Amino acid sequence: MKHDFDVIVVGGGHAGCDAAAAAARAGASVALVTLKLQDLGTMSCNPAIGGLGKGHLVREIDALDGLMGRVADRAGIQFRLLNRKKGPAVQGPRSQADRKLYRAAMTQEITEYQRLTVIEGEVASLVLDGRTLRGVRFGDDAEVTARAVVLTTGTFLNGLIHIGDEKSPGGRMGGRPSIGLAEQIKSMGLATGRLKTGTPPRLDGRTIDWDGLEEQSGDDDPAMFSFLSSGPVARQISCRITHTNERTHDIIRQNLSRSAMYGGHIEGVGPRYCPSIEDKVVRFSEKASHQIFLEPEGLDDPTIYPNGISTSLPQDVQEAYVRSIRGLENVAILQPGYAIEYDYLDPRGLDLTLALKDHEGIFLAGQINGTTGYEEAAAQGLVAGLNAARFALGQDPAQLQRSDSYIGVMIDDLVTQGVSEPYRMFTSRAEYRLSLRADNADQRLTPLGIAWDLVSDARKRAFDAKLERIDAAREILGEISVSSRALNGAGIRVNPDGPRRNALESLALPGAGIGALTQLVPELAGFDPVTLEQIGRDAMYESYLQRQRKDVEALQRDESWEIPGDFRYEDLQGLSAELQGKLKRVKPRTLAHAGRIEGMTPAALTLILAHLRRGERKRA
Amino acid sequence: MDTIFALATAPGRAGVAVVRVSGPAAWTACEALAGRLPRPRLASLCRLHEGGELIDEALVLVFESGSSFTGDPVVEFQTHGSVAVVNRLLAALSRIDGLRPAEAGEFTRRALENERLDLARVEGLADLIEAETEAQRRQAMRLFEGDLGKRVEDWRARLLRAAALVEAGIDFADEEIPQDIWPEVAALVQRLIADFSAEIAGIGTAERLRHGFEVAIVGAPNVGKSTLLNRLAGREAAITSEFAGTTRDVIEVRMDLGGLPVTLLDTAGLRETEDVIEAIGVTRARERAEAADLRLFLGGEDLGISLQAGDILVAPKADLQPGGGGLRVSGRTGEGVDALLAEIQRELSDRLGATQTAVRLRHGEALVRAVTALDSATELLYMPEDVAELIAEQIRQAIRAVDSLVGRIGVEDVLGEIFASFCIGK
Repeated sequence: MKHDFDVIVVGGGHAGCDAAAAAARAGASVALVTLKLQDLGTMSCNPAIGGLGKGHLVREIDALDGLMGRVADRAGIQFRLLNRKKGPAVQGPRSQADRKLYRAAMTQEITEYQRLTVIEGEVASLVLDGRTLRGVRFGDDAEVTARAVVLTTGTFLNGLIHIGDEKSPGGRMGGRPSIGLAEQIKSMGLATGRLKTGTPPRLDGRTIDWDGLEEQSGDDDPAMFSFLSSGPVARQISCRITHTNERTHDIIRQNLSRSAMYGGHIEGVGPRYCPSIEDKVVRFSEKASHQIFLEPEGLDDPTIYPNGISTSLPQDVQEAYVRSIRGLENVAILQPGYAIEYDYLDPRGLDLTLALKDHEGIFLAGQINGTTGYEEAAAQGLVAGLNAARFALGQDPAQLQRSDSYIGVMIDDLVTQGVSEPYRMFTSRAEYRLSLRADNADQRLTPLGIAWDLVSDARKRAFDAKLERIDAAREILGEISVSSRALNGAGIRVNPDGPRRNALESLALPGAGIGALTQLVPELAGFDPVTLEQIGRDAMYESYLQRQRKDVEALQRDESWEIPGDFRYEDLQGLSAELQGKLKRVKPRTLAHAGRIEGMTPAALTLILAHLRRGERKRA
Repeated sequence: MDTIFALATAPGRAGVAVVRVSGPAAWTACEALAGRLPRPRLASLCRLHEGGELIDEALVLVFESGSSFTGDPVVEFQTHGSVAVVNRLLAALSRIDGLRPAEAGEFTRRALENERLDLARVEGLADLIEAETEAQRRQAMRLFEGDLGKRVEDWRARLLRAAALVEAGIDFADEEIPQDIWPEVAALVQRLIADFSAEIAGIGTAERLRHGFEVAIVGAPNVGKSTLLNRLAGREAAITSEFAGTTRDVIEVRMDLGGLPVTLLDTAGLRETEDVIEAIGVTRARERAEAADLRLFLGGEDLGISLQAGDILVAPKADLQPGGGGLRVSGRTGEGVDALLAEIQRELSDRLGATQTAVRLRHGEALVRAVTALDSATELLYMPEDVAELIAEQIRQAIRAVDSLVGRIGVEDVLGEIFASFCIGK
C-alpha cells in the first residue's frame, strides 16, 4: 500500500465519495478510507434522491462533474419533477433509487478514478503536528501521511440509537462507531451540539396487500439529474400511497410514554420538517390521517420504505400501529424503525472551503456539520474534496457564493448561521432563487468547474456545444420582429394594436411560451427543445433577473468591505457581549458576511463599517 | 475608539452653555479639568482648570457607558454661556490625549451604533431638535418614541406570514399542506396595501408640517392684501399705500398658528400690466400661489388661479363695505381676523392624520416600493398560471422595503443621507 497521499477522505458515504472523486479530478492523489468496501454510496435512509432544493443541489454537483447525478440516473427506478405546474425556478427533479444499483454504480465510478485508492479500514486518529495535519493512523497502528484530510464520518460522534427505551451506541444500524477518532476530535476543543433523526420500520413488500392502494407513477417525460444523461436505464416502477387512521393514532397515543422521544430518552433536536409519527399525532391531533408513501428499495428487493412514519416506539408498538394501516394488515417488519442521536461539530468553526479555521489541512463534510440528506452531504463533499486537493497542491481556495449556487447558499448558511436543527436545503433559502434554477446549473457552474480543472473533456465539449446552440437561437430571436396582432392570434394575452417586438421580448410576455412562438417563427424549428426551453425560461424571468443582478451588485459592494482576520471586536464599544461572541466565533470575512449572522443589527454593522472606514482613512 | 467633544447648545452668548464629551477618555478628561470625577448622574459644581489657570466654574454631569445618550461614557460641562469661556474649554479639551472635535451628527451616530436608537428614532430626534411649533413637536415625538419601528414590526410580521404561506406551497409540494392558501395571502396583501397607502397619503402633509405650511394671499390690486398680512403678522411687514401695484415681490411672514408652522405669502395684485417689473411680480405671485398649501382669495376667485379644495374666499375691506355674508375681514380694523385665523387653522389641522407614523420622504419612498411590489403580487395572484415563485419574490421585495424604514438594510446609503442633515453637537 502507498503510504503518502495528497488527500485522505475518511468515510465512504455520499459526502466521502464525492469528496474523494472531486479531489482526484482536481489533480490530487487520494485515499478513500471506508470501514467496508461494499458500503460505498450506501443510502442509509430513504431510497430517494433529489426533491425541492435538493434536486437543485444534485444538478449543481453534476455541473461540476460530481458523481451523485450520474449515479442517481443509473440507479433511478422512478423519476418525478416536483412542482411541474409551477415556474421552472421552483421545479425540482426527484427519483426513487434502487439501493443496490446505486451502490454498484457508485463503486464503479470510484474505481474508475486513476488517482483514487480505496482503503478498507478504520482511521483511529489524525496525526497532527500542533494544529497542522500530517496524516492519519489506522486501527492497526499503520500510518499514512497526507497534506489534507476530509472527515465525512456522519453520525459517528456519540451516536446513540433508540428503539423505545432500548438504546445502543452506533452510527447507523449495523455500523460500528469509531471511538478513538471521535475522542480525538472531541479533545480538539471544537464546539458541538446534539441532533436527532429518525427512520421508519422497513416493511416486507411481499406481505403488503397492494390492491386498491393509490398508485403514484413516475413522469412520462422523466427529468434526469445529469446534464449528460439522456434517459432512465433501469426498469421504472410506481410507488403506492396509503394513510394512517384514527386507530393508528390511538395506538400511538396509548404508547407515547414508551417512545424514546416522548419517554424523555432523547435530548437531541429533531428536524421540524420531518417529524416522527409520534410528533405528527401529538402536534397535529386534529388531522384524522397522514399519508404514507410506500417506496420500493429496489427492483429485486422486497424491502419497502414507508415514507412518513419514522418512529422511536418499541418494536411491538411499531408492529401494532403499522398493521392498523390499510394494505399493511398482515405486514412483516424487516427492520424496526429507530431514532438516532448524535453530536455534530458547530460549522461556524469552518471557512467557506469547509476547512477548520484554526487548524491546517482538516476539512469536514456531511452530517458531521449538522446537515441531513444525501444531497447536502455530497455537495459539501465536493467542495471539501476540491479544496482539500487545492490546499494540498498549493492552489488558491475555490469558493461558491450565495449568488451563484445553492451549494454556495448552504455553505454560507452553515458557516455563518450554524444550525439549530438538522440543516436541509429548501428553495426558499436562496434569495436569488429565480436565477438559481435546476435547468441552468451547468451555465452557472460548469465554467467554474472548467477553471478549477474539475470537468472532463466530454462534459466540456457538450457544454460548449449547448452554449453555442443557445447563443445562435437567441441571436435569431433577437433579429425577428413580431407584431402584437400575430402574438394575440397565437393566444398570447397582448393588445393586438400594441407595438412590434422582437421575438426575444415577446417571449417575456406573460403566458407566452416557446411553443406559441415557434408557430410564429418557423426558423426556430431547427433548434432542439432543450435549447428553446432554456431561452424561454430566461426570458420569462428577465425583468426579475435584472433586479436580482442589482441586488447581487449591492451585495458585492458590501462583500468588498473585507474584515481582517485579526479584527478586534472587543475594541468596538457598545457591541453587546452576545454579538461580540458571535462575531469572534464566526470571524466574518466581509461586511456582507457579518450581516448574515443571526441576530446581527444594523447598528452593529454600522459600527464595524465605521471602523473599517477609519482604518482605510488611516492607511490612505 | 476616539473620544469626541462639541458644544451641544447653540453658539453665542447665553445663560448657560453645554459642552458634551463622549468616549472612553471622557472621564479622564473630566478628572484632568475638574481635578475629580463627580458621582455619575449627580450634578456637581466644579472649578475647571488648565495649566493652573481657572477656566470657569461649571456644573458637571457624568454618565456611565450604557446609561448615557450615546451609550459611551459621557461628561457634560455646563459652563457660563460666554463665547470666550466655551472657546477656552474646547481648546483645553482638544489638548487632552485621545480627544478630538466631533464630526457633524457624530453623537447621534454613536447612539445608533450603540443601539440606543434605531434609524427612525434618529430621524425623530432630528425633527424634534428642529421643531418650532407644538404640532411639529408632537409629530417628531411620535417618531422619536419609536412608533414607526413598532408599526414596521407589525407590517413585517404580516408580510412574513404571507411569504410563509406562499413558500410552504413551493417547498413542500409533496406534503399535505392546505391547498387553498391564496385567499389568506390575497387578504393580507390587500390590507397591507391599504395600510401603506394611508401612510403614503399622509406623508405630504407630514412633510409640510416639518417644513411649514404656505398660505398665499391672492387678489386683484389694491383689495387690501398687504394690510391684511400686516394685521395677521402683527407688524408692518409689507408696505401699504393707496396706489394699486405697490407690492411687487413675494413677502413671507413666518408664524405659529395654534401650533402649526405657517408661512404667509403676500403677493402682487393680479392684473394685466405694461410695467415690466410689476409683470414679473404677477408671474411670481401666480407660481407661488399655485404651489402653496392654501390660498386666501380676497374679493373673488376669478383671477386666473385655480381654486383648490380647502381654499378660503374672503370678502375684504369689511369696514368700508358693511353688510353681506361670508367671511368678512378688515385688515385695517381687525374685524373678522380671528375668524379667518381659526378657519386657516381648522383647514390645515384637518389635513394632519392623528396616527401618521411615516413622516419623511424617505419613508414614503420605501412604502411606495412596498406598494409597487404588492400591487404586482396582486396582479400575479389573478394570473391563470401558477406563478407562486414570482409572488414570493414580490413579497420579498416588500419586506426589504419595509425593513429599510428602520435601517435593516441599505445601512450605508441611508445613514449618509441622515447624517448629512445633522448639525454638530446634537
